[in-house]
Amino acid sequence: MSAKAMSAKTHSPSLFDGAVLARAAWDALAKLDPRKLLRNPVIFVTEIVAALVTAIFARDLTVGGGDPAFSGQIAAWLWFTVLFANFAEAVAEGRGRAQADSLKRARTDAVAKRLLDPGDRSLFEKVSALALQAGDVILVEAGDVIPADGEVIEGVASVNESAITGESAPVIRESGGDRSAVTGGTTVLSDWIVVRITAAAGSTFLDRMIALVEGAARQKTPNEIALSILLSGMTLVFLVAVVTLWGLAGYSGTTLSVTVLVALLVTLIPTTIGGLLSAIGIAGMDRLVRFNVVATSGRAVEAAGDVDTLLLDKTGTITFGNRLATAFIPAPGFTDAQVAEAALFASLADETPEGRSIVALASNHYGLKDLVGRAGAGMVVPFSARTRLSGIDLGNRVIRKGAVDAVLKHLNTTSAAAPRAFHKAVDEIARSGGTPLAVAENGRLVGVIHLKDVVKPAIKERFDALRAMGIKTVMVTGDNPVTAAAIASEAGVDDFIAEATPEDKLAYIRAEQAKGRLIAMCGDGTNDAPALAQADVGVAMQTGTQAAREAGNMVDLDSDPTKLIEVVEIGKQLLMTRGSLTTFSIANDVAKYFAIVPALFAATYPELQALNVMGLATPQSAILSAVIFNALIIVALIPLALKGVAYRPVGAAALLRRNLLVYGLGGFVVPFLGIKLIDLAVAALGFA
Amino acid sequence: MTLAGWLQIACLFLLVLLAVKPLGGYMARLFSGERTLLASLLGPLERGFYAAAGVDARKEQGWLAYALAMLTFNAAGFAFLYALLRLQDVLPGNPQGFAGVAPDLAFNTAASFVTNTNWQSYGGETTMSHLSQMAGLTVQNFLSAATGMALAVALIRALARGGVKTLGNFWVDATRATLYVLLPLAFLVALAYVATGVPQTLAGAVEATTVEGARQTIALGPVASQEAIKQLGTNGGGFFNANSAHPFENPTPLSNLITLWCILVLPAALTDTFGRMVGDRRQGAALLAAMALLLAAAIGATYWAEASGNPLLTALGLDPAAGNMEGKEVRFGVAASALFAAVTTAVSCGAVNAMHASLTPIGGLVPMFLMQLGEILPGGVGSGLYGMLVMAILSVFVAGLMVGRTPEYLGKKIGAKEMKLLVLAILVLPLAILGFSAVAAMLPSALASLANAGPHGLSEILYAYTSGAANNGSAFAGLSANTLWYNTTIGLAMLMGRFAYVVPVMAIAGSLAAKTRVPVSAGTLPTHTPLFVALLSGVILVLGGLQFFPALALGPLVEHFLMLAGKLF
Repeated sequence: MSAKAMSAKTHSPSLFDGAVLARAAWDALAKLDPRKLLRNPVIFVTEIVAALVTAIFARDLTVGGGDPAFSGQIAAWLWFTVLFANFAEAVAEGRGRAQADSLKRARTDAVAKRLLDPGDRSLFEKVSALALQAGDVILVEAGDVIPADGEVIEGVASVNESAITGESAPVIRESGGDRSAVTGGTTVLSDWIVVRITAAAGSTFLDRMIALVEGAARQKTPNEIALSILLSGMTLVFLVAVVTLWGLAGYSGTTLSVTVLVALLVTLIPTTIGGLLSAIGIAGMDRLVRFNVVATSGRAVEAAGDVDTLLLDKTGTITFGNRLATAFIPAPGFTDAQVAEAALFASLADETPEGRSIVALASNHYGLKDLVGRAGAGMVVPFSARTRLSGIDLGNRVIRKGAVDAVLKHLNTTSAAAPRAFHKAVDEIARSGGTPLAVAENGRLVGVIHLKDVVKPAIKERFDALRAMGIKTVMVTGDNPVTAAAIASEAGVDDFIAEATPEDKLAYIRAEQAKGRLIAMCGDGTNDAPALAQADVGVAMQTGTQAAREAGNMVDLDSDPTKLIEVVEIGKQLLMTRGSLTTFSIANDVAKYFAIVPALFAATYPELQALNVMGLATPQSAILSAVIFNALIIVALIPLALKGVAYRPVGAAALLRRNLLVYGLGGFVVPFLGIKLIDLAVAALGFA
Repeated sequence: MTLAGWLQIACLFLLVLLAVKPLGGYMARLFSGERTLLASLLGPLERGFYAAAGVDARKEQGWLAYALAMLTFNAAGFAFLYALLRLQDVLPGNPQGFAGVAPDLAFNTAASFVTNTNWQSYGGETTMSHLSQMAGLTVQNFLSAATGMALAVALIRALARGGVKTLGNFWVDATRATLYVLLPLAFLVALAYVATGVPQTLAGAVEATTVEGARQTIALGPVASQEAIKQLGTNGGGFFNANSAHPFENPTPLSNLITLWCILVLPAALTDTFGRMVGDRRQGAALLAAMALLLAAAIGATYWAEASGNPLLTALGLDPAAGNMEGKEVRFGVAASALFAAVTTAVSCGAVNAMHASLTPIGGLVPMFLMQLGEILPGGVGSGLYGMLVMAILSVFVAGLMVGRTPEYLGKKIGAKEMKLLVLAILVLPLAILGFSAVAAMLPSALASLANAGPHGLSEILYAYTSGAANNGSAFAGLSANTLWYNTTIGLAMLMGRFAYVVPVMAIAGSLAAKTRVPVSAGTLPTHTPLFVALLSGVILVLGGLQFFPALALGPLVEHFLMLAGKLF
């Protein structure tokens, strides 16, 4: 992922924030409640057998006969295994809670001014914000906190939305158009607005956001459920293997104690991934929140990883959004410097972005800086809808610029009469997706200005990276097909929809989905709502309308459409982390067998010591070391579960090769080393 | 180990691989409903069957109807076979005048032949009448193999299609598998067997006087025809008690090679059928590569163990170069016997040309482990392919997430429903193998059947349930299995291993068929690359095999170390 962009934008607290860790340690204890652990079958089984071994330890202590030092240590490490798993989840939740606390401060019990007659804003009653119903109409004046989500139906005001977005610059909210949505918890800074409430207290955007980052509303995602089922199935399989081993060992003349059977069971069942699974899910949501995107469900984050088609708005995402002057092409008899000078004078008073870009190009590249101040000497002719021209009368120079046909009309000439070189230049500009502006002086055609939709730097590389990941990019634009095709080819998108209407977008999404593709898009207008709802991942802009925010399954608080790409990457990272740790957890089992199996039958079959490839000190230290490793590996992997596995925009084959090597082969090798080291320590300390 | 031995092994692999493409293509056309070579000859017969049974060949079934048709068909086959065995004394075709088969043995045998296991708690030539052999056992040899092929084809269709509810028609698939694949191939192979000297006659036993003047009864019968389908259908139930070690079943090294080829060819070719039907032959090749890789490793390990021989016998002055010849036929030698042991257990066949109880501990461990992996390397006819596809689905589920997408196989998303059903399926083997073994190991009446003490005795129990649950049918020997306990429990293990496994797999097929296929992109986990082959092999070994490691450690593994330490059982 664009690691640089991520770190610049996020404000992630340290993984080892002391307050979060201390709170998490307490929460880990509270989570021992078996009713809560039932959600996590692998750890639930671990807790049950931990209780069982604890009972055996108590019996060994009181009745005697067993080996309380051994069963006591095993019991302790089994409890640690459960606690470490709980701790992982608690740390992940704690990081979200810090975010939620700051949001809660914005959720004040404000007083609302409910209008008795929506048409008359002088007559209102003061009610608690909690009493507001959807459909109520309220007045919010300067200094008031907006009590609930709603739609502006009258007035215009500047609003401070920093409580939600973290952005301190005020935004304008007004009735009609795409800036009509207001969010509960934000503050009106100036003027007044009349708002129709769309969400009652407790179900506002802010409430939902708090619930989401706290993890309270967290539902297991579809893939997480499927993985939990597999992990439970593996637990059952190993339960069968361990229980039957008692009978098989009995035949062989070994009576296996419950303690060692439990040790074998717990080391074999997938406690590592079982303990970290929910932490991975929470951390994935959290990464998104820190990136200032709020997903309405974990399902959406998972879907983001699966997305294979991105619908991107041209303006603002692919291009800068304004057409900029990039060249001056002279008509026969003039030089480009003369065109630059005429264009400069014609645009000195033009405050549009296009006009400013003409001035900038002429003054920077043609050394005409000193001319900039001379505009005051002339008489500015502003743009008029009738002539569709603008310009300046400077002494005896009459300079005009405008669309080609408008300028030709101004010159009282026809297109056919214009020089061929001029036509050629105009056609070339149009074909390349640009806009030609003609410049005339004193009745003569001077030349053409090339205005161009400038593609953002490095966007092509970005799309190449997406293509390598198997993601198709589609540019959506209102431009005509010729212009759209030129920009599409320059930006390197795979497809484009020109002259796009909201219906076109919806139809395109439906067609792609019918082919089995998953689509992500972003939008802000009310007319985007159907497409946002239809898309598998719909990112609504925070500045957008309420309808758009309701239709999408994510809201971007920064209202930055380019973030769609990172959202996909965060989704992929979540899935990769889950897969990598599952693989690691399963691969671990091989070494644990080699540690425990020879130890189990050391008395009956000392020959099986040939399988003790790690050379573990004693049977008891071997079993204890495997159990300790099994508990500690959960703690060791918490940072990885929270941070996520590093993502690189390469193809699936390369990702698989790398992750299989690191987490598959690593998962095979690491426990051999880890158990050996722990065994050395256990033996040196005389624990077993 | 000798060069000649390795050349025999290489030769077998080559001959099987050569047949994969033509046979796989033929079956793909057959099961896609296209016209095949034999259509003009067998078409009228096929349509006659449908007309007689009132089956509409064009009407497809959903997964439940398909599975129910399969269960009904097999239940009827079970009932028919059970009745035939019980009543063989009053039925014709019994020149030797054998008595009716006892209830528990008849149950065990019916379960065994219906499930394509062919575990035999009896000696064929001294128990079964010709009618029982031909109309009962041989018929089930065809039908159980056809059932396996039909189920595999249904799962293939589920992966190949998108957005449909139906998987094909069981009656059509089973009929086509029998009529167009098994019968013609069995006919050709039977002729080849006759050419190598295998008898094919309806006469009873022959009385002979030996050189020393003793009278000997030499059993005869329709051996070649039963032998052909026994191998092609990966059944493994021999005409004679000695199975393929008997000179009338497997007289020469050439017949041995034909036998091994027959065992491997259909399961191997079905991978190509799979590849063609899902529209990407590389997918089938990847499955075949994983099968071949693990099978080659297993053959190598068995061959090494058998060629190394027994150090205790070497100490007694035996030539170590001969390897372990105990329980082996001199006409086959170490290489062909080790090869046979690995192939027959990797393929759910269960025919044997040497006594597995006499293999070295490691040589006996490998066949047992191959069965515990679920008979997928390449496994039984059809059953091997659907077992392998289950492992492939499991592999993409575990590792597929590592590419940053929710898991999918061939464009089909693998979700919670598939996982639930898959867990039900993978629970069957450990329950049936370890569950029954652990009880038997504690039960004095069951232990009375053992011929050996110590870990070798445990291996005998473990092998019996493994062979039953995995639907292999090979016997370790040493265990007197014709008792009420073993006939009943092994019979149950066989039924579980077949039907409790396949019903959830059919439900998975139903769920997958309904999903649309996600198009392939650079972001899709590739399932045709060497890397995936390695991943699949790893998942098979770790998830499929690891659960049996403690049991194996107490049986053959510890026996190996004890043998090295000079202790035998």
